[in-house]
Amino acid sequence: MKENDCQDVFARLSELLDRELPAGSCEELERHIENCEPCVQFVETLKKSIAMHRGYQPDAIPPQLSAEVKQALRQAYERVLEARGPGK
Amino acid sequence: MNVVDPKAQPAQTDLELARELLGGSMDAFERFVSAYHDKIFRYSYAMCGQREDAEEIAQETLMKVFENLGQLREPERLKPWVFRIAKNACLMKRRKSVFAPRSEISLDQLMPAKSGERNGARLEIADWSGLPDHLAMNTELHDRLRKSVHELPEIYRSVFLLRDVEGLSTEEAADVLDVTPEAIKQRLHRGRLILRKALDDYLRAGKRSEGKSS
Repeated sequence: MKENDCQDVFARLSELLDRELPAGSCEELERHIENCEPCVQFVETLKKSIAMHRGYQPDAIPPQLSAEVKQALRQAYERVLEARGPGK
Repeated sequence: MNVVDPKAQPAQTDLELARELLGGSMDAFERFVSAYHDKIFRYSYAMCGQREDAEEIAQETLMKVFENLGQLREPERLKPWVFRIAKNACLMKRRKSVFAPRSEISLDQLMPAKSGERNGARLEIADWSGLPDHLAMNTELHDRLRKSVHELPEIYRSVFLLRDVEGLSTEEAADVLDVTPEAIKQRLHRGRLILRKALDDYLRAGKRSEGKSS
């Protein structure tokens, strides 16, 4: 196993985790990772980081839509439905 | 090996909601407005950094969605279509960031440091993968995670938000941002690596200060 394989894993790890690599490339990278402790740790910490950042929420709470805005949206929706006609 | 995406399941719900909305359901209208107002606000706030701008963008986007809903025929296109409108509204609103990178950040800049002699050099990686999930609820860590997202260079931030936070597919994100699926994959990976490195730096710094105080 070449040391350069670590760099290959590093470069294509997200595609591997997202299952966006061709099957052959996937198996090749997974074989390397199984036998490479730094790569295992990198994969696991990257997965952890992704999972933690996925829960991103802004520190500002979105204000409720005002009744006027909600009404304007509803009217726009109804206009689209009317233009489309019944049963379409 | 793969990352379990908690948003993979709700994708079906998004599709059902889109079908009902295009079918003319007022109940779907209420659910759509409630869910997407928050989603668009979250995306716009992370992209613009201003609460007032994000709120305006959320309202403008929803209005454009309903004004142009008649043009949308395929329910599965609803989510990327909405985010494309939101992205354009963000572009109109925000000033060009002085922190935006002029070019892509190279992978070498994000590669973990090596330790040891030249021939036996190995990647130096701290293993914090066992960090309990409940620690992510810790306020300081939570603030740190949010700050890291806000500090991501814009081209990576937009892709990270669409793919990892809002659950769009690679193709959908490419459609929203007018780039190729390959560019989305590359930018998502770099964004994730930057976020991982920021978290790694933060956790290592915490360990060092723990060591000093004990």
